[in-house]
Amino acid sequence: MERYDVVVIGGGPGGLAAAKGAREAGAQRVLLLERERQMGGILNQCIHDGFGLHRYKAMLTGPEYALLARTEAQEAGVRLRTGAMVTGLSRSRIVTAVTRGGVHSYMAGAVVLATGCRERTRGAIAIPGSRPAGIYTAGTAQNLINTKNLMVGKRVVVLGSGDIGLIMARRLTLEGAQVLAVAEAKDTPGGLERNVSQCLYDFGIPLYLNCTVTNIFGTGRLSGVELSDLDKEGVPIPGTQRHLDCDTLLLSVGLIPENEVGAMAGVALDPVSNGTLTDVYLQTTIPGIFSCGNCRKVMDLADFVTTQGLAAGRNAARFVQKQDLKLMPRDSGTTLAKGLPQPGVVTCVLCPRGCRVRLRPDGMAKGNNCDKGEAYARQEARAPLRLLTTTMKRRDGTLLPVKSSRPLPRERLLPCAARLREITLPEGNVPCGRIVLDDPFGMGVDILAAQ
Amino acid sequence: MADELQYDVLIIGGGAVGCAVARELARYHCAIALVEQSADVASGASGRNSAVVHAGFNNPPGSLMAQLCVEGNRGFEALCQELDVPYKKTGKLLLAFDLEDMAALLQLMAQGERNGCHGLTMLDQDTLRSKLPQVGGIGGMLSPETGIFDPFLYTVALAENAQANGVSFFLGHKVTAIGREETGFAVTAGGRVFHSRFVINCAGVHSAQVAALAGVKGYRIYPCRGEYYILDQIAKDVLPLPVYPVPKAGAGGLGVHLTPTVHGNLLIGPSAEYSDDPEDVSCTKPVLDQLWREAQQLLPGLEKRQIIGAYCGIRPKQTPPGVGGYRDFIIREERNCRGLINLIGIESPGMTASLPIARGVVALVGQSMDLRPKEDFNPQRRGIPRFREKSLGVQEMLIARDPEYGEILCRCQKVTRAEVRQAIENPLGVRTLSGIKYRAWATTGRCNGGYCLPKLAALLTEYGQKPEEIFYREENSPLFTGRVK
Repeated sequence: MERYDVVVIGGGPGGLAAAKGAREAGAQRVLLLERERQMGGILNQCIHDGFGLHRYKAMLTGPEYALLARTEAQEAGVRLRTGAMVTGLSRSRIVTAVTRGGVHSYMAGAVVLATGCRERTRGAIAIPGSRPAGIYTAGTAQNLINTKNLMVGKRVVVLGSGDIGLIMARRLTLEGAQVLAVAEAKDTPGGLERNVSQCLYDFGIPLYLNCTVTNIFGTGRLSGVELSDLDKEGVPIPGTQRHLDCDTLLLSVGLIPENEVGAMAGVALDPVSNGTLTDVYLQTTIPGIFSCGNCRKVMDLADFVTTQGLAAGRNAARFVQKQDLKLMPRDSGTTLAKGLPQPGVVTCVLCPRGCRVRLRPDGMAKGNNCDKGEAYARQEARAPLRLLTTTMKRRDGTLLPVKSSRPLPRERLLPCAARLREITLPEGNVPCGRIVLDDPFGMGVDILAAQ
Repeated sequence: MADELQYDVLIIGGGAVGCAVARELARYHCAIALVEQSADVASGASGRNSAVVHAGFNNPPGSLMAQLCVEGNRGFEALCQELDVPYKKTGKLLLAFDLEDMAALLQLMAQGERNGCHGLTMLDQDTLRSKLPQVGGIGGMLSPETGIFDPFLYTVALAENAQANGVSFFLGHKVTAIGREETGFAVTAGGRVFHSRFVINCAGVHSAQVAALAGVKGYRIYPCRGEYYILDQIAKDVLPLPVYPVPKAGAGGLGVHLTPTVHGNLLIGPSAEYSDDPEDVSCTKPVLDQLWREAQQLLPGLEKRQIIGAYCGIRPKQTPPGVGGYRDFIIREERNCRGLINLIGIESPGMTASLPIARGVVALVGQSMDLRPKEDFNPQRRGIPRFREKSLGVQEMLIARDPEYGEILCRCQKVTRAEVRQAIENPLGVRTLSGIKYRAWATTGRCNGGYCLPKLAALLTEYGQKPEEIFYREENSPLFTGRVK
């Protein structure tokens, strides 16, 4: 049995950071186990931008953020192992993992759980109706569209306004589908304000609050859904049902910490959220087993997960070296603006501060902490600019995430995305950041590889 | 005509009973075909039930239901071994909530004993509490011979074994006409004409319609819906055996019960509502809410967050609404339509009884046809080796032989790429997602396939399947509209 000082389970942002943190804090042998064929976890399917503002002071896409996090872990001397699904974890910290090479057991001085979360499903929320094809959780649709080159549908209703649902409403629109509505059972959207604004408002997608799907129709493929308004107690109001013809229903109705691995060792879980319970050192109820990121508590930003992962990894290393553990950082430095954007207020997205800038009728800006915020608010008021993030097809049918070298006028997003759908790239990998198309729209904007 | 096919026996319906008939007839020199309207076997009631092997105490002595159920129960374990189908003899508990229930249980026990059930035992409240402190009730009856099994794999295994012994399967072939000919029947299904001396009508909820196509009127099937909740794999922690209420006279079924599955999940259901539509398997809010309330009575402390899905099955009942209860199986060759063997009203306990039912059909065929046993009939069928059920040593061996056993595609159920490939390459040639689901058990877990569906879809495209031709169940259920670009 191989021995390691620290074994980290899960190679998303939390696990990559934890492994790096463990090395930095003096652990000699650190192993990171990831079940997919590449490190990065869900970041690899999040081809949109919005990552890294806090940690890297840059607007990165998910794959770009994953690449940085992986490189840092590698440079810190972590042993990275992909294609390894953990199937066992004991109280005494013996980790069992299955790979194409066999079943492996590792004895770990400390373990960090970074197993992320899963999506709440139709089954879990028990929407009545038939069970046709065409119902997907938003994250699964994201994986299919962004990594498998499989289109889930053409006329889409999104239930739930979590961030992934909002992001996918925009993503589907950019890929030529029609998003008919986003329905949210609560009286305020669940996702970030900037996503409501840039994913729905930018494309004129209606958002229905206090509204849910109360029936599902279709024998083979989904043919429609019934929407109903909800009263203050969340009960459908009779007489408000209306039918919407659609071929696809995306669900963005919550994330559940994934703790099957932790549960095998017997770590205590929160009975409501299913998150691992930890002390202020990110240690679970079993000494030497730590937990960080979304499997502990679902977080809003990958950046926050990274920060927590680093802390968990460092404490795991300290545990092995019998040093005093250190307090975990607070959940996040910033409170992110959630809910409905306020009319007349622009939330600046250029730095983590997220200033809410109001342009007064006299032309003065209020609420910004620097000049950039004012310039951003004026640009938003006049002619909003958006980075284009999408994928391009290679000759072998695989997809390469790409982004525009600088923001485009908002109204150019749809035609430019449509244009990129028509172009095929040669096979093979291009280094991240390399120009794959030189000014394809004649606007002085290049298309860069973003993976 | 090039598309004309000649058989001795044509079986209509690929449920457990049809597939069992195919397999039992395959023991003899005889040309057999089975036509099924759906894209896979077990697409009707056989795939939508409680997955319980009944002991046989629910039906009156002397009835076919009682007799064939008890016989089926006795042979079920051996049959599952022969066919490599998951089976577990768990026993079953019926709970009484008042003295009336206790009296009914005593009657049920007496009936069961007359039917030939073994080991039925009454439990008082103390014994019940010491055995299963978590359940409700003031007493109960234990049936030690009741078991649980995988009804999908059971039906698939019967079909695969029948096919291996020479039966031809025609899936996606809906019967649209049955004509009489000098030597038997001309059955039109899926645009093809099947000539056959015998027609065995195993069409379940559609059996009365099929009989009518052959000109035999007078049967009537009343579809009776049963909805279920599926809970996560909590059975080992909360309930080791099926727990039922006392059946109520005149109800459409046995009452809402809790059943652990061989895969460790817990089922709640079924409801019983008569319906006009034999195809409507949607779930409804009032019924699901009712299921939850009744389950709470049997097992207080269930939590809604343990729910991972819901489904609905349809019983082919002969008793009309308002009457309820059970009318005995009909298994007979029609006097005014020789060669047509009708199986009508094969509802619960039809799966348990499927093998004895099939033997009965063989006997009927044998009355007018010389059935010579085949010496090379092989009753054994091996399924896909299930990685998750193996010891570490065997897992190592499987991976050493095929590295794809080391690639887990379905995280909830720990199903490997090797298993999914074998499921895709199944002998019946089924290529639907649900076909893979039932054979390999991928997508059945708490994430509802959120994790593995993209991997399964990608694998199917590696087999050359076009994205828009990857179907969920039937050919009208495409999962994708095509490539994104």
